[in-house]
Amino acid sequence: MADVLTFTDRGIYCPAGDFYIDPWRPVDRALITHGHADHSRWGMQRYLATEAAAPVMRHRLGDVTLQTIRYGEERRIGDATVSFHPAGHVPGSAQIRVEVKGDVWVASGDYKTVADGLSEPFEPVRCHAFITECTFGLPVFTWLAEDVLTAQINGWWAANAAAGRTSIIGAYALGKAQRLLTCVDPSIGPILTHGAVENTNAVLRAQGIALPDTIRVTPDTKGADHPGALVIATPSALGTTWARRFGPSSTAFASGWMALRGVRRRRAADRGFVVSDHADWDGLNAAIKETGATRIFATHGYTSAFQRWLSEQGYDAHIVSTEYTGETGDDADDAPADPPAAGSDTVAAGDPAPPQSGDATPPQAGV
Amino acid sequence: MKDFAALYARIDESTKTTVKVAALADYFRTAPDDDKLWTAALFTGRRPKRTITATRLRDWAAERAGIPLWLFEESYGIVGDLAETISLTLPPATHASDLPLTHWIMEIRRLSALDDAARKAGILRAWDSLPGSERYLFTKLLTGSFRVGVSAKLMTRALAQATGGDEANLTHRLMGGWTPDTTTWSDLIETTDPSADLSRPYPFYLAYGLEDLAALGPATDWSAEWKWDGIRGQFILRGGEHHLWSRGEDLMTDRFPELAQLRDFLPDGTVIDGEVLAFRDETPLSFNTLQARIGRKTVPKKLLTDAPVILMAYDLLEDAGTDIRALPFADRRARLTQIIAATPDTAPLRLSPGVTFSDWDRLTAARATSRERNAEGLMLKRLDSPYLAGRKKGDWWKWKVDPLTIDAVMIYAQQGSGRRANLFTDYTFAVWDGDALVPFTKAYSGLTDAEFRQITAWVRKNTLQKFGPVRQVTPQHVFELAFEGIQASPRHKSGVALRFPRMLRWRHDKPLAEANTLDDLRAMLAAHG
Ligand SMILES: [Zn+2]
Ligand SMILES: [Zn+2]
Repeated sequence: MADVLTFTDRGIYCPAGDFYIDPWRPVDRALITHGHADHSRWGMQRYLATEAAAPVMRHRLGDVTLQTIRYGEERRIGDATVSFHPAGHVPGSAQIRVEVKGDVWVASGDYKTVADGLSEPFEPVRCHAFITECTFGLPVFTWLAEDVLTAQINGWWAANAAAGRTSIIGAYALGKAQRLLTCVDPSIGPILTHGAVENTNAVLRAQGIALPDTIRVTPDTKGADHPGALVIATPSALGTTWARRFGPSSTAFASGWMALRGVRRRRAADRGFVVSDHADWDGLNAAIKETGATRIFATHGYTSAFQRWLSEQGYDAHIVSTEYTGETGDDADDAPADPPAAGSDTVAAGDPAPPQSGDATPPQAGV
Repeated sequence: MKDFAALYARIDESTKTTVKVAALADYFRTAPDDDKLWTAALFTGRRPKRTITATRLRDWAAERAGIPLWLFEESYGIVGDLAETISLTLPPATHASDLPLTHWIMEIRRLSALDDAARKAGILRAWDSLPGSERYLFTKLLTGSFRVGVSAKLMTRALAQATGGDEANLTHRLMGGWTPDTTTWSDLIETTDPSADLSRPYPFYLAYGLEDLAALGPATDWSAEWKWDGIRGQFILRGGEHHLWSRGEDLMTDRFPELAQLRDFLPDGTVIDGEVLAFRDETPLSFNTLQARIGRKTVPKKLLTDAPVILMAYDLLEDAGTDIRALPFADRRARLTQIIAATPDTAPLRLSPGVTFSDWDRLTAARATSRERNAEGLMLKRLDSPYLAGRKKGDWWKWKVDPLTIDAVMIYAQQGSGRRANLFTDYTFAVWDGDALVPFTKAYSGLTDAEFRQITAWVRKNTLQKFGPVRQVTPQHVFELAFEGIQASPRHKSGVALRFPRMLRWRHDKPLAEANTLDDLRAMLAAHG
């Protein structure tokens, strides 16, 4: 029996349905897991995505031919049956299930198994073959419970507000920024947002996602007018003249990489909060187990270690080379200007990519 | 341990000195005495030794985490720190308790005396009792690799804030050979008798580089002497025993055994601030000669004859058992002169000669002769100045001769460590020999972070060859290097070795062909070597 999904130099391809999933070269028909730029690229003739992912995609890609589908709705494409299921990564994100003659494959895109109060919670989908990311596919990555994390962030903000400092936190414009908005306690003070974050907020609010009130930072904004504020900025805006307008401040990054002390320190922010849109080690392993799949394909992250680990657990595990980059693609000017020269399977492992230069990239194996 | 972990987190998170000092002061106000003592010890580099191999810890951690060793190693490669890898990989603690820092240090000692199986059980139990950052710190202590980004000076400032004590006095108390086993918090910090430890040195008074000669006022208020190029040391004779301390608080007594005879010539209760110098026929020898003695714990006879040392005395800090640091420099110097006059010429002790001058012009002329005397320049001391603690401005200035400089071509680059681990910061430089480039020195400081980042990006794109961590790069960039001295060195291809080379500036304006030549270096060697 032919494979339901194959791996080509344009992306993940389904011969039975003649469509691609998250392709990185222009194709006729593209099924898109979510709106991050490394998964949802410009130049496809036709797009298919969830209703919740569509507005952000239209905002980012402009006037494209985009059809939508509800979670769980089955649709026939050629000889394949496809359906989209929540991936828990960002609002609208989906795992794509493809069935051909009883053989079921799932392409998960990016996913997170723990509910964050914003994205549609991850749903395990039974399948024969599972295509997984492994951005944080090492046993050193274990996320804190959501309430502990929330308490840390609110505690930091409240202490800054009491000391007369502005709190500036760097987070990606789609997903992580809104997740922070959802978890922080707006009674502590006003919330200001970087233009790139606020543009995404506007799109999500328009589709009915509830977010607390925010104030867009404009060239006229002054820190003194918003005492005790929390500013949600893009990671690249931290430490620039843009951030200086807020006067005395404490800075933080929100990223899964903040689990590592070395990365935390190299970012030179006052705090690093371990917030990720990706599954941690336990999450990846649990998700894979729940699919019941025997064949596993690891796309991006610590693929070689993860593949070896899965093989030793008895899976038929493979590494697939793709052009997905974790979330580096989410914010073009955050991409590393000069990726560190090390084992190529870990180079791509960028949750938040560092601003300029390699000095804030995740540490590399086997340098 | 929770309070210690919280302290560590506050220090580790912040880049601001005031925040770190405040965190430490809070801790010193509230922690139990034993924990404070251990904290003071840890923060002044008095770490417990590693008693267990990293290999065993890795095996046990992988086993406890339920992962194969290769996966643990893979993770370690990414994290870069064993204690952190262990604390991140192991499952959450199930028996979390809050026992004090001292308990865990004692537990590490207790375990080190046991057999392997008992140790393993004890360490696994500890890991299971300590959540996240406490587990990390315990393991750092266990592996003897605990470090913290706070200098002893800042810690002392925090201690002064917390106890209301005087910072200079506390600095003095924290010096010397104490460990938490030989003292108590109360003896170390609180009692009124600081002479409890006879070996305890005074904090060194360190001078800044002179900024403005004209601002010093009348020349008659000042004394000048040569700034010798040796090892600054404090010689202590108390209770019939002598000790020699370096500025970095290393005890160097055994490295310079010839100084032991000073016990026979100096009165008990004498503390001298001076310079350990290689010295023969009443002439200071070059630093290169002294170099042979540095780093040797025991000294073979031949070396004692080849590179004999003396103590060149600058100042007297304790006279007949009394701390005289508050007296004016002129008075201390007079007493020092008297003491040294009473010692025979055969004793390895000299009074650092004063440089007489009646006006600044004459002193400027004297300074120009520094290099030929094997001196680094002049020290200016206000005649009425007390002996202060630490680096202070105003009363003492060092007035070094201008460094030698040369324009050289960068040919190799290597990544730095620590904060600059991902930047190429260590460079090898070459000068022209005909149309070949001959490497002659390395340098790794003197540029801004922004410049290092710029060069790092350039290095990645202009690597010709890799030799392990070293990259050979396209010869393109010229840097002005500064250095303090030059010596003939048969070990180096270029035939010379530089002292304290560093980058003065990046010469964007200088074409490659106009870098200096090997002949230029040889001319410098002839003039200054
Ligand atoms: Zn994504
Ligand atoms: Zn991705």
